[in-house]
Amino acid sequence: MINIIKNRIIKGVVTRAIKTDPEIEKIGAELKGLVYKRFNRSFHIREVDTGSCNACESEIIATTNPIYDIQRFGINFVASPRHADALLVTGPVSKNMCVALKKTYEAVPEPKFVITCGDCALDGGIFKDSYYVEKGVKNVLPVTIHIPGCPPNPVAIIKAILSFFKK
Amino acid sequence: MDEAYIYVKPENFKKACLYFHKKLSSPVVMMFACDERQKNKCFRIYCVFMGVKYKKWVFVTMDTAQDTSVFESIARDIYSAGLFEREIKEMFGILPKGNPDLRSLRLHDEVWPEGFYPLRKDFEAPKSSCAEKKEYVFNKVEGEGVFEVPVGPVHAGIIPSGHFRFSCAGEPIINLEARLGWTHKGIEKLFEGKDVNFGVELSECVAGDSAFSNSNAFCHAVEKIYKIDVPEKAMFLRTVFLELERMYNHLNGIGGIAIDVGFSFPAMYASVMKENLLCLNKKLTGSRYLKGVNIIGGVSVDLTAWKKKTLLKVLEAMEKDFRQLKNMLYSSVSFMDRLDGTGVLKKKTAEDLGVLGLAARSSGIERDLRKDFPGVYSKIKFNAAKEHSGDVMARFNIRVIEFEESMNLIKQFVDKIGPGSINSQNKIEFRDGVGLGYIEAWRGPLFYWVKLSKSGIIERCKIVDPSFHNWEGLCYSVLGNIIPDFPVCNKSFDLSYSGNDL
Ligand code: SF4
Repeated sequence: MINIIKNRIIKGVVTRAIKTDPEIEKIGAELKGLVYKRFNRSFHIREVDTGSCNACESEIIATTNPIYDIQRFGINFVASPRHADALLVTGPVSKNMCVALKKTYEAVPEPKFVITCGDCALDGGIFKDSYYVEKGVKNVLPVTIHIPGCPPNPVAIIKAILSFFKK
Repeated sequence: MDEAYIYVKPENFKKACLYFHKKLSSPVVMMFACDERQKNKCFRIYCVFMGVKYKKWVFVTMDTAQDTSVFESIARDIYSAGLFEREIKEMFGILPKGNPDLRSLRLHDEVWPEGFYPLRKDFEAPKSSCAEKKEYVFNKVEGEGVFEVPVGPVHAGIIPSGHFRFSCAGEPIINLEARLGWTHKGIEKLFEGKDVNFGVELSECVAGDSAFSNSNAFCHAVEKIYKIDVPEKAMFLRTVFLELERMYNHLNGIGGIAIDVGFSFPAMYASVMKENLLCLNKKLTGSRYLKGVNIIGGVSVDLTAWKKKTLLKVLEAMEKDFRQLKNMLYSSVSFMDRLDGTGVLKKKTAEDLGVLGLAARSSGIERDLRKDFPGVYSKIKFNAAKEHSGDVMARFNIRVIEFEESMNLIKQFVDKIGPGSINSQNKIEFRDGVGLGYIEAWRGPLFYWVKLSKSGIIERCKIVDPSFHNWEGLCYSVLGNIIPDFPVCNKSFDLSYSGNDL
């Protein structure tokens, strides 16, 4: 019990306001408005790794940390493609993941979109010449927008999702 | 040089391997083949052991008989060679005679036709995908009430792809088989025929969360071959960045363990700290994941006085935050309760499986390249972490200890950084040769064995990420635990899919 009380007090002290940079707030407000209008208040994304080096995943996870906190704009990452409005795909599509990617796409209910993240998802990037990649997601699925960078930073990811809504 | 090559006849290969395995009490740290058919009409096979006492890497080497592609398997005697032999079989088509398990690791039978071996020099990619569909056979557990739970390759969280097959009887897991290779990209083949500068770039994309360690190990190998004297200052800078990489990943691990038992506040706290470190990386080097810092012969960015000040300031704040984080976690009884005794990997098992690095240190195996092959670490005070219980708790503790130690190391190294050049100015003289680059990355020892031609072209690059050794450790550690504890066990190892699949 003492531990729990102590814990509460400590937590009370450590919780702090995190300085967000004004840029994020600006894009954020815009994004929220669009999510409200277009997707009935929430936009759900399912992430699929098709052979990335995991730096892109790390940056996508970073968008959900308290500093960038993409959730406050109504954008959520979900566990199942059945709950998703869009797929966020990283990696150059390895041969092994090709079928899994297609199946995941099929499982997403209409209307559905594909967003690609990172240079290697565009055309294979640095892995382009490999015998085991499909040279980018666009050869497998229709891609709506692409987020460039290797890896793109969290702000770039949030910005890109905004530009997607404008389309 | 710290590499010893011992050439043996094929018939003595097994004996020699067993001898060094026992004598050096080392698992097989690497085993790989090289296609020498153009020159010698044979494949050359290397099996590497770590000789800590002698500060040497022992390469037991043999040539297969001319125009044949078989060799005698050693996997029945040295367990840790098993996966490597499977790899050799699938990439070169060299048969390890006597290996009980020859299923493919990365080139899945469902999409890859038989008879195509990518790492052979005369390899040509197959025109079409597999004609007849074959299915992968999982190890089967039979008995009343035993059921299987397949998970993956696409998981629930934002994590990479892999497939796990649990066999359970009631709640406890009685067998777990990880089928990996989903993110295989043929990286080793991509290295071949390229120059070393491209090699540095590519090595940074092997595993994104250890981009710096990867390029560092690659540069180390090339620098050894070209006999480049890397200035001491550059070595210090490299260690500073290496420890920074360790810090942000350990924070990620600590937060991940917390979130996997549903303790979200500290997890978020840790993620904020991680973000601060990534921003620091960006300020110091221009890249959040320290890409583009390593170059052959040194590093490309210097720590100016201003940068040093920023670094130390962030570290100071980090120290305070970390104390709070620790308090929160260690004072929560239910959190401790979930970690304690979960996912135990016993020392003997870890030794037999050839587990290395962080996971090995948690099980009482005192191996740390920073201590065993110290390099510049000999110039400062370094205490290697160790734990004995081998459970999630131990791996958590190791992270905490190493995080604090890393802060210490950075401070000591920053103190030592004076004026001077940050990379070797001499012109590189091309020469052919082979070299082993190694480094204690945050997961454990990372190896790059590189072979260069006279004109500076990479002929073969073999990468061994610590994950390759440790996946089996994870599969053993979860036995007897319940599936809901699997995420936290998995996170406590925190292995790389991309580094394993290459
Ligand atoms: S784009 Fe770059 S960082 Fe992202 S997965 Fe590909 S190689 Fe890694």
